[in-house]
Amino acid sequence: MSTRVSLFVTCIVDQVYPQVGIAITEVLERLGYQVDFPATQTCCGQPAFNSGYPDQARTIARHFLDVFRDSEYIIVPSGSCASMISHHFADIFEHHPALLAETHRLEPRVWEFSRFLLEVAGVEDVGARFDGIVTYHDSCHALRELRIKAGPRKLLAKVQGLTLAEMDVAEECCGFGGTFSVKFPEVSGAMARTKIDSIQKTGASTIVSIDSSCLMQLQGVIDRAGLPLRTLHLAEVLASK
Amino acid sequence: MVGEPLERLFVTAREQILGDIRRSLKRAVGEPPQLEAAPLPAPALRVPMTDRNLYCDLFGKKLENLGGKFIRVRDTAAVVPAIAELLVQKSAVASNAPFLRKCGITGLPQVHSAFTDRDELKAACAAADIGITSVDYALAATGTFVMLSSHNEARLISLLPPAHIAIFPRSRILANLDELLSILPRPADQTSSMVLITGPSRTADIEQILVKGVHGPGEVYAIVVDEQ
Amino acid sequence: MNAPEADIQQSLGDPRLQLAIYTATRRLIDHRAGVVSDEVLPYYQDLRNEANAIKKHTIENLDYYLEQLESNVIAHGGHVVFCRTGQEAADFVLDLAKKRGVHMLVKSKSMTSEEIHFNERLEKHHLEAVETDLGEYILQLAHQRPYHIVAPALHLTRYDVADVFTKELGAENEVVIEKQTKFARGVLRQKFLQADIGVSGANFLIADSGAIVVVENEGNARLSTSAPRIHIAIAGIEKVIPRAQDLAVFLNLLGRSATGQPLTVYTSFLSGPRRPTEIDGPDEFYLLLLDNGRTKLLQDPEKRQSLYCIRCGACLNHCPVYRKIGGHNYPWVYSGPIGAIITPQFHGVNEDTWLPFASSLCGACAEVCPVKIEIPKLLIKLREEVVEVKRRQAAGDLERFAFQLFAWIATHPKIYLLLASLGSFFFPIVPRIGPLKQWASQRTVPEPANQSFHQWWASRSKGSS
Repeated sequence: MSTRVSLFVTCIVDQVYPQVGIAITEVLERLGYQVDFPATQTCCGQPAFNSGYPDQARTIARHFLDVFRDSEYIIVPSGSCASMISHHFADIFEHHPALLAETHRLEPRVWEFSRFLLEVAGVEDVGARFDGIVTYHDSCHALRELRIKAGPRKLLAKVQGLTLAEMDVAEECCGFGGTFSVKFPEVSGAMARTKIDSIQKTGASTIVSIDSSCLMQLQGVIDRAGLPLRTLHLAEVLASK
Repeated sequence: MVGEPLERLFVTAREQILGDIRRSLKRAVGEPPQLEAAPLPAPALRVPMTDRNLYCDLFGKKLENLGGKFIRVRDTAAVVPAIAELLVQKSAVASNAPFLRKCGITGLPQVHSAFTDRDELKAACAAADIGITSVDYALAATGTFVMLSSHNEARLISLLPPAHIAIFPRSRILANLDELLSILPRPADQTSSMVLITGPSRTADIEQILVKGVHGPGEVYAIVVDEQ
Repeated sequence: MNAPEADIQQSLGDPRLQLAIYTATRRLIDHRAGVVSDEVLPYYQDLRNEANAIKKHTIENLDYYLEQLESNVIAHGGHVVFCRTGQEAADFVLDLAKKRGVHMLVKSKSMTSEEIHFNERLEKHHLEAVETDLGEYILQLAHQRPYHIVAPALHLTRYDVADVFTKELGAENEVVIEKQTKFARGVLRQKFLQADIGVSGANFLIADSGAIVVVENEGNARLSTSAPRIHIAIAGIEKVIPRAQDLAVFLNLLGRSATGQPLTVYTSFLSGPRRPTEIDGPDEFYLLLLDNGRTKLLQDPEKRQSLYCIRCGACLNHCPVYRKIGGHNYPWVYSGPIGAIITPQFHGVNEDTWLPFASSLCGACAEVCPVKIEIPKLLIKLREEVVEVKRRQAAGDLERFAFQLFAWIATHPKIYLLLASLGSFFFPIVPRIGPLKQWASQRTVPEPANQSFHQWWASRSKGSS
């Protein structure tokens, strides 16, 4: 009788990087979990919340609570979405006691993917193989709000054939910041280029993160510059054989 | 109640500011500090429980890391020989600290001391090459001198001349700032000026390049005497 | 007001400036990291919590502590002057200078005085205020604003400094930094000895002692407060802390957070004019307590934590946006993350509406703030206020409509899936007309996937049953 886990893929993975969702599903099933995907899921509301639209964010968050009410484990392939749910839903529902109570019941059931593997599944080696030099980007919300830093590196260390080379600005922001990259595109681009300059010094050909939005930001600037670098979500590396 | 425009003309700045503060915080005049929502923790003073005998060496190491010089001597008689070279062809102003007299500093020919007039002292310090003082305390953890302004120690002696020599007994060395504040919880009760001096004057304002001796002394010496 | 886009572009496109900002902040970042690490300062996080608690308590009871401070300053022979505005502070100084026949005063570094354009107000009435901190002195000669809260001349090179000294003082063009410093020292030494008034800021005001604390590295604050016969200190009302013993918390945080120094070279604890038995020191002491809008910030229980700031500059050093656009692109004297949250609170959210949005919300600032101000949270609160202001002005309609539409779509899954299957691209959820062009100018825009995850899952379920 295997444990059931629910997947919240996040709208960017759903629409732009479905291969990340597919990879997570593969890894979880390989580990013996039964993966459930509530099809009415949409978004966590972070773009609205960060842009100063709390009412709209609340509307979206309420829907999230409905969709995942009965899920025992909610797996999220994004540090920023996971922290939106587990840290900022409480801000959104500050003046709504019933929803706030429900949020507090939900919080301990939300798991960023790498943290789920390490702390619930209790595995570091998922039997993956990936040849090449990889560097890891610490996405901001994961690092500072969820305190995720060593975990993904532990998982990468157990991937056969993989060499991890640290860039010296791993903890600096990639410059995405959602609407920030649209409102301040040149500053956003300059921040990404600082990361990429540092990445090039590592000799890595692949950049890995647990946040697809960061990877999208970096890949966009990489492609514009025509550099031989690619970005992969941690899940995709762990699903590789 | 201040609210009428005419009355406002007669409200002092003090009354208006304090009134605005109370209105924002919903506090009454003369209300004691509210403690439930925002308690005031007891002062957190962290004094390390280490061997006091190690303080002198630690103090010296910290001072030297900052570009100061540390000289340790066995007794008060050894002080003048230790600094003789520094005083050659130089003029110095010394404070009225009893410990300096004990070390024979105030008797030296190139040392001017016993100033009681502020303007004379200022002029002498502005002209002197070296300022010589004792200290009230020193802090091992940071290589710091602690000087309280008094009839024995003037402020400008350790400030105006380009070099500063501080001579004091080892027993005055404390562990750190926390220990200082635990034995001196209200420095203002004793003095109008307590200054913590941690190494030579410095700046990195231009291109982050370090330059010593900007306004305060660029050369700092600590002569620490083992004997009482 | 709109963001200074042209100026930002110019800063981004200036490699020398970018290098200067990056290396200076990098050095400050590394120095701080070296002295707050677990090995060197194992109780660093405890200190932050204590500092936050002390500030919270003090700000929540600010009237009580200001009155205690006042009565203790007076007990030690000093005077307290409450100033609602910068002009009131300047008027007091002008008046006193006139009474005492003073035409020149020396001044140590004070961001509060920059905030109120103190020097300009005095100069209008022919009272000369000489900046004595080396960086501030150079900026005064160059007629420029500080570039950083702690390192004011961060953006200048030795060649800039040489040119300033030549142009404004007729000095020979000297580019060796040590010589430039010695030259300034010589000029300013005369001013210290001649001035009858010295003006300082204050890092902390100690309520139980009637004292001020001033930290520095050069010695100019000590000279400004010890050589002249009158000392005037200007400080914001929020600088007060309850007890001298609280300095164990704050002094252990300030130097480390600002420059990586466990203690700065000089820390002065000053309580009024010299005592009867003291040989030197001022005869008169005046503490000017400045409001200038701080009581307005107190009104908001959530945002009043902005007043906890001890002006260490750590948030600037760690901010990836500050490190790209630099201090002069912020609208006020306070730049970086702290500037971004207090500027709209002092000036109103409808000025500089772009400022709260000039952040990726990375949280690096909050992580290093010694008093634990929740900067990203306050930025989001300010964004909400800007959105509300725009709604009332009937501006920003397109963006608001877009978010309302998205909220509706996100709560109607069938519509969401339908639009997704039509290949529409929802992420990032902002108006793509106009802004997308600039966003796209910096990067290659990603394509929506051929098949969404929803679709993949649906087809997989069909296949397996």
